[in-house]
Amino acid sequence: MITYAQSISQALDYKLKKDKNVILLGEDVCDPYGGAFKITKGLSTKYPDQVINTPMSEWALTGLAAGLAMRGIRPILEIMFGDFLTLCADQLINHATKFGWMYKGKVTVPMVIRTPMGGRRGYGPTHSQTLEKLFLGIPGLKIIAPSHFHDPGEQLIKAIEDNDPVLFIENKVLYTREIDELENGHIFDYSARKSKDEYETIILSNNDFKEHQVTVLTYGGMLPWVTVALNELLLEDEVTSEIIVPSYINKASMPEILESVEKTGRLVIVEEGTLFNGWGAEMAAQVINDGFELLESPVKRVAAKNVPIANTKILEDAVLPQVVDIKKAVEEVLK
Amino acid sequence: MRKKFFEQMLLIRLFEEKIEELFTQGILFGTTHACIGQEAVAVGITQAMNEGDIITSNHRGHGHFIASTDDVDGLMAELMGKATGICAGRSGSQHLCKGDFYANGITGGMTAVATGMALAEKLKKSERIVISFFGDGALGEGVLYESLNMASLWKLPIVYVLENNYYAMSTHISCGVAGSMIDRAKAFGIEAQELNTNDVEVIYSSFEKIADGVRKQSRPHFLVINTYRQCGHSKSDDCNYRTREEEIGWKDKDPLTILGARLDKDVKNSIREKCASRIESAVEKASKADFPKIDSIYEGLFQ
Repeated sequence: MITYAQSISQALDYKLKKDKNVILLGEDVCDPYGGAFKITKGLSTKYPDQVINTPMSEWALTGLAAGLAMRGIRPILEIMFGDFLTLCADQLINHATKFGWMYKGKVTVPMVIRTPMGGRRGYGPTHSQTLEKLFLGIPGLKIIAPSHFHDPGEQLIKAIEDNDPVLFIENKVLYTREIDELENGHIFDYSARKSKDEYETIILSNNDFKEHQVTVLTYGGMLPWVTVALNELLLEDEVTSEIIVPSYINKASMPEILESVEKTGRLVIVEEGTLFNGWGAEMAAQVINDGFELLESPVKRVAAKNVPIANTKILEDAVLPQVVDIKKAVEEVLK
Repeated sequence: MRKKFFEQMLLIRLFEEKIEELFTQGILFGTTHACIGQEAVAVGITQAMNEGDIITSNHRGHGHFIASTDDVDGLMAELMGKATGICAGRSGSQHLCKGDFYANGITGGMTAVATGMALAEKLKKSERIVISFFGDGALGEGVLYESLNMASLWKLPIVYVLENNYYAMSTHISCGVAGSMIDRAKAFGIEAQELNTNDVEVIYSSFEKIADGVRKQSRPHFLVINTYRQCGHSKSDDCNYRTREEEIGWKDKDPLTILGARLDKDVKNSIREKCASRIESAVEKASKADFPKIDSIYEGLFQ
């Protein structure tokens, strides 16, 4: 068994070895430091011509990656904390994701921005946020945020081989988790299957895909909290559930959600970002548009409170969604 | 060479005068940024480039584009929003792309992209260099300095060409730029030079040397050229922020006047006829062309 972090590291190693046009750049990514989260440790020693330590210049680095990509290189840019994506925004929104379309296909921009996102590690208001929601509605940008039930390394390899710009979100709390993979129709304790998409959506069942009372939609770093909450509900109240876990979170259509809601009639959406204008709001709107008649109760959303993330644990816990919040939402839709 | 320079500068001038006319007639829609008065920069530099060298440009890019691609038909159709335009009506005036030419309308934004392209060429060990055009307005954008820093650290083959036309929209450099322009580049250890001229032949010969050094030694260069935009910033600009005396003073330093003094009148007339007819033909072809199909909006975009 390997951890989420090891899976990412191995994927980088594999691509750097296999394709000399792949380069990795970012702040402090070279040895001996090996990156703030040690994901790139050892890579600059093995591939000295392909790993570049950079100044702290996220704005220009994002444009630099786009320029590299347009001239035949496949850059992977590590942004040390997802919170710093605000500094990348102009180059991502007005440059990298525009070129391919506005130049009428004369260029492709195969670049990946990898960044650790999320809280629960006591890093405070500017190093704990879940900001991918800010980039959800940008045409030309794929946001890939695998859970630990995905194979994150495999997802990253696909992102590196993708000809479109990809924002690759790695939730920090997942780094140390062992990844569980689909084997004989199971992942961990769950019956499981994957969609046939390039970036798979995972569907989990705690009742062998028979009958379920509720559908829970979540992604990335919230999955461990969701599984704990649903396990408790199964043991305490025999609540059966299906969990839908996309990796490509801004994919235009996810038929798996409606397929599940058709059976359960009840939907809870769980995310780590703030509630207002969140990922869950978009997903709920899609379900209401396309399947309102399937719903037996209002869609519930569980998300962070609309408050900055405090440094002290007691307040950080109060802001971020917890197991108890997920359980409460499920109980409410089941009423 | 002299005739070619004159022809290219005049082609740019007449093209931009024509698009002003087309706007007035309501044939063109939106906005555009002309470079009337700055043509010597576009022509002098692009003519001194090698085949395969890369250009990034900005919102004021018609001159750079015509001088490097000579594609008047494609540009005219693009400005008219036609399917036959270089980017099929998607890019309009500010986001031109053809071959190794890439422009975008975000002030200073392409300096970072250009720096990445220079790194790509260095990694590929190609002989190509990158020329990144921007204006004095871009001096206010931090991304430029992040880019200069990396270009110097990694010895990238790129020439940053600062076209100082003294005004960022209506804001004079005395209100927008502190200290010295070229010292900003020198502070990063980048070789820098300033040209105070609208003479295309001076710009050409200066740039030949610069490009040669950048290519052979793989290092960045920062070139400031002081010039003047005789027209407004964009089509809605009445230039109420500068005096008529100042404008007249620069008219005497018009690049076409400077080079024109070295050419025979008959030669100039025949060049003028040729350029005017190319532009008329471009307008005619573009007028007859179709607009892009509405369902083409999704082409080249995943959903």
